[in-house]
Amino acid sequence: MATSLKALPAERLAALSGAYASEMRAKRLNTLMFGAAIVIAAIASGWIAEVNLTKFVTHIGAFFSYFDRLATLDTGARVWTDIAEWFWGLKKWSLLLLDTMLIAYVGTIVGALGGFLLCFAASSNLMPNWWIRNAVKRFLEFCRTVPEIVFALIFVIAFGLGPIPGVLAIAIHTAGALGKLYSEVVENIDMKPVEGAVSSGGSWPEMIGFAVVPQVISNFASYTLLRFEINVRGAAVMGFVGAGGIGQDLIEAIRKFYYSDVSAILLLIIGTVMIIDLVTERLRHRLLGAGGQT
Amino acid sequence: MSRTSLRAVALADMNGLRTRHTAEFAVPRERVIAIAIVAAMIGLFAFALYRFEFSLTRIINGIGNLGSFVPLMFPPSPGSWPRAWLFLHALAETVAIAFLGTLLAAILAFPLGFLAARNTTINRVVQFMSRRMLDSVRGVDALIWALIWINVVGLGPFAGVLAIMSSDIGAFGKLFSEAIEAADNKPVEGVTSSGGSHLQQVRFGVLPQVLPVIAGQILYYFESNTRSSTIIGIVGAGGIGLHLSEMIRTLEWPSVSFIICLILVTVAVIDAVSGRIRRAIVGPVPQDAH
Repeated sequence: MATSLKALPAERLAALSGAYASEMRAKRLNTLMFGAAIVIAAIASGWIAEVNLTKFVTHIGAFFSYFDRLATLDTGARVWTDIAEWFWGLKKWSLLLLDTMLIAYVGTIVGALGGFLLCFAASSNLMPNWWIRNAVKRFLEFCRTVPEIVFALIFVIAFGLGPIPGVLAIAIHTAGALGKLYSEVVENIDMKPVEGAVSSGGSWPEMIGFAVVPQVISNFASYTLLRFEINVRGAAVMGFVGAGGIGQDLIEAIRKFYYSDVSAILLLIIGTVMIIDLVTERLRHRLLGAGGQT
Repeated sequence: MSRTSLRAVALADMNGLRTRHTAEFAVPRERVIAIAIVAAMIGLFAFALYRFEFSLTRIINGIGNLGSFVPLMFPPSPGSWPRAWLFLHALAETVAIAFLGTLLAAILAFPLGFLAARNTTINRVVQFMSRRMLDSVRGVDALIWALIWINVVGLGPFAGVLAIMSSDIGAFGKLFSEAIEAADNKPVEGVTSSGGSHLQQVRFGVLPQVLPVIAGQILYYFESNTRSSTIIGIVGAGGIGLHLSEMIRTLEWPSVSFIICLILVTVAVIDAVSGRIRRAIVGPVPQDAH
């Protein structure tokens, strides 16, 4: 029973609770200083980023009324009262969405192939040459740090308007991102099959093909699917800079205040992204379940 | 019996072997499926190229164009001192947008994460609703949010902050709720058995477990938001992106490469700093695909 607990002698209790209090004080002080640093940084950022709370408060109504307008047809009726009128451009938009998904698809495949070819040269266990390894690593870093839409802007000038610059931009960014993830997987493989392949006279490509790829392929596929999901979102805005897909119509609708079109296109994008999320998540769980290693 | 003669015997009796061991000679089902998947992927790829009116001459011409103006990017140079100052200011704006956007998103997503987690939510309906809300917020890209917020607060970096915030609430809410669901239930039981209320269970049972995880995720998103806030200016929401797209459109290549170098350096510095803080808080975490 609780009554059987005996209180500690007074001086022992005082020493223990004193130590506890000072420990807690030190921890509190730490937390407080950390909090203060964040608050100062936030105020400085707010000043630089021209945060204007009065403007925000006076205009926040416009944010909600924007959604109100998004839900209103030109006739003044609510969008859901006339679905046919709301989604009047469904055929055109579906084709553009198809383009968007194909841009993401082709970009992912080409980028994954690029990342696949480069990842072995960027792995410390397979590429002993420091110079080559680091050159490849820096190159991959460059590819994934420059945002894909910047590549798209430049490629639109070089290749002309349309989906091709979008595909290339996504491919380059994907190669950078996947190359790094792939090489991390490769660095964690079991080296015994590699030794086996080398010791029985296998060449470098044979060693990769028979000793490395079987170990990593399911993880590679999982990362690629994840990347495809990200790329669909990326491809949806490629049209903002003229690089194909649904983005072109979306930015036009936003800029020209075709409110019901904006909401219709947004809903189509969100729906597509959600479906792709669900499908790829299921596929990835199956892949990793079958592959066994993470 | 030597190896060669065994081989000769086996080859001579090939048909017999086939009929006696049909299972061993059958093509495995997995391989058939794999080949079918690869074939379908190649088919889709070809269809996409056809739809995009892909042609080799266009690619070669494009690469020729790239070859003609990429050399113009060297050496990177802002052109003039006032302009260099302008770029640096825009860069500071970019970092500020990323920092404030991430911070606000984290603060707003924090309660939502608890609502969307199975073990801390109020009831199933609330959990379901908050999950779906977070999903739909996540489906909209930061650039689209920027366009919406520009309508509300006008052009400028403030719209960028709000855009980063909006697009991250969804991601944070989902990640937080996953971290909360992964929390060990024993501390919660301890608090419950000593008479703690629902709120105390969350505060003393769940929160200490998930805070380091959440802090790591916030830092990770700060890094990735620095990348996204460099482009948010393309639609007019402040930061370096505005200047970058301007310089690309006016074909001022040395300035373009100068800005790209600025971005690369900034991202590298922020990665290094936040990576160090993150390791101090949570230890090495697996990198997300980004």
